[in-house]
Amino acid sequence: MTEAEIYAVLTQVFRDVFDDDEIVLDSGTTAEDIAGWDSQAHVNLVVAAEMKFGVRFRTAELESLHNVGEFVQLIAGKHKGG
Amino acid sequence: MEQLAWLPAHADLAAAISAAKRIDNPADRLSQAMHLAGFRHDFTAIGRLDKLAADGLAEAAASSRPMAAGLAACRLAILSSHTVDHLVPAIRVAGLRRGLAVSVHAAPYGLYRQALLGEDPMMAAFAPQLVLLALDARDAPLDLPLESSEAAVTEAVTARVDELRHLWRQARARFNAQVMQQTLVPADPPLFGSFEALVPAAPNTVIGMLNAAIRVAAREEGVLLLDLALPAASYGQVMGLADPVRWHQAKQLVSPVLAPLYGDLVARVAAAVMGRSRKCLVLDLDNTLWGGVIGDDGIDGIKLGQGDATGEAFIAFQRYVALLGKRGIILAVCSKNDAAVAEAVFTQHPEMALRRGDIATFVANWNDKAGNLRQIAKTLNIGLDSLVFVDDNPAERDIIRRELPEVAVPELPEDVANYPARLAAAGYFEATGFTADDAARSRSYALNEARRVAQEQATDMDGYLRSLKMVLTATDVGPGELSRVTQLINKTNQFNLTTRRYTEAEVQALAANPAAVALALRLTDRFGDNGLICVVLARPDAALRSGELLIDTWLMSCRVLGRQVEAAVLEVLAAAASRRGVSTLIGEYRPTGRNGMVAEHYPNLGFVPLDPLPDSPEGTTCWQYDVIGGRAPKHFIELDAR
Repeated sequence: MTEAEIYAVLTQVFRDVFDDDEIVLDSGTTAEDIAGWDSQAHVNLVVAAEMKFGVRFRTAELESLHNVGEFVQLIAGKHKGG
Repeated sequence: MEQLAWLPAHADLAAAISAAKRIDNPADRLSQAMHLAGFRHDFTAIGRLDKLAADGLAEAAASSRPMAAGLAACRLAILSSHTVDHLVPAIRVAGLRRGLAVSVHAAPYGLYRQALLGEDPMMAAFAPQLVLLALDARDAPLDLPLESSEAAVTEAVTARVDELRHLWRQARARFNAQVMQQTLVPADPPLFGSFEALVPAAPNTVIGMLNAAIRVAAREEGVLLLDLALPAASYGQVMGLADPVRWHQAKQLVSPVLAPLYGDLVARVAAAVMGRSRKCLVLDLDNTLWGGVIGDDGIDGIKLGQGDATGEAFIAFQRYVALLGKRGIILAVCSKNDAAVAEAVFTQHPEMALRRGDIATFVANWNDKAGNLRQIAKTLNIGLDSLVFVDDNPAERDIIRRELPEVAVPELPEDVANYPARLAAAGYFEATGFTADDAARSRSYALNEARRVAQEQATDMDGYLRSLKMVLTATDVGPGELSRVTQLINKTNQFNLTTRRYTEAEVQALAANPAAVALALRLTDRFGDNGLICVVLARPDAALRSGELLIDTWLMSCRVLGRQVEAAVLEVLAAAASRRGVSTLIGEYRPTGRNGMVAEHYPNLGFVPLDPLPDSPEGTTCWQYDVIGGRAPKHFIELDAR
């Protein structure tokens, strides 16, 4: 999966979770930029991304997710590792 | 194992939700949300469906009229020892599928005792009808040394469950709410492997003992269960119901992934409490109850019975259906077949587990099934929203979902061997009680068929009614009737003048008032016992003068419609009132959207109109009846008052 493909799928995940078809992501997007991105929504994002990408994030990884760029890198790393 | 597997899949649910968002009118968005909630979905769709319905639900809640969409309002308080916020939308969405407009108050997690024992103004203002105590195994650990004796463990378990009993009683006393207790999901892996259960104080042994004690206590206290330990046993390992990652991340006992399932489990119990469980299972025949087509294959050619794996699987499904009949689910047949050919299988095939007498209404013809289902509902005097229709043919299922959206039509697995599990998973028939009357219900409906034949043969209605040799037995509501009476009060929707719902404790309190009349009525006839068919509660009221008695509740099972039972009941009620020095009965009709059939109940019985009492809901009509001079219509029912 290329980075661009991950962005495309992740954008759909964000749009579903926040019920907002206008959301556009870039690597610098943080919780500040998206209305409703609170701690509960964060868990929802993580779970939706896990389902969509068929990966699981480790407990320790979840604590270091602060922006969309880190999210994408994490997913890309897991896909590379198989 | 897929969640909500009984719901049909939508071709593109996400796009359908996006399209529905653009609808202007909130009420129309709500009905679209109700429609879309009937398709299989994962938890990301839940949040979107919940938002789609929100404005329409708020609008309906703000108006005093009965809910336009046919939803019953239901206020649910969740008191939990873990995070539940992510589950609330799932409960609301599942409610839409089960006829409920659920509003939820979730107390901050961990504060469940405070919400019930302290003064909690939010709880008081919310006035919950249902209180869900969602506790988990990590909460209030018993902290027993591993080597503790069985007696020590039992003592600690009893003490913990006694605390729960106290909380339940508080919920009932303070909020007059029905309590739902969640059983404990084993959160930690076993210490001892298979030996675990042989060690009294091993963690999973203690949880098992707590759950067993909770179940017994719930039965004694009239508390309902959200028996999460049951699905956890089947889903937990496979799908991670209790995912430790989510626990450490957010104190979520139930993973968001399984929110749709959890929401449905809560909603189906709530629906049962609000009288919205399904009542009748309608079955197709060919390739649903047996393998093959009876019209083509003949009685010796269909696959049914021992010696053939498919035939045995069909028998197993029939046995499950027969057991549903024995627990009070009405069974009906709706099949495209020649009636005589189809019935012959029931009477002549030696391996049939279902007998003709198990089927209350048997419709086999070549008409369209939607029309036949309407006819079945009409014959049984139940709503279309009480029906579940099981058919192996996807095209027939699709047509019924389109034509009759009120009817529940489960998707079926490829293999008939999995039909029973699928039907059970769909949770259509959640119960709030089980009594001897439930066990006899199927038989009673089947006898109605015999009555109908007698009616067709009779030349005049009076002659037919006389020939039934009906006897109405009236009993003051006492301990023996309490459970059944309360059950009937809480599930009767159509023949129900006021649709007031009461707990056992409230019925008991009313029955204990010497100035009140609380009657449980049974009807027998020459075909058999119809069971408890009517409840009347009448009591003094502050809005009335002395000598007047308010008929608080009058409801009747639709099984005995059209037999003049109402007139006989009025005679019993008037006599009981008269013995208490009452001269006038005051009756009210409160419309709910589902009880239109009794709008003219009181005038039909000779009551005369009055102005509605103060503070009665919009649309209420009020009536009075003179106990001495009043003239009840004639009837042919012998009275047996005790």
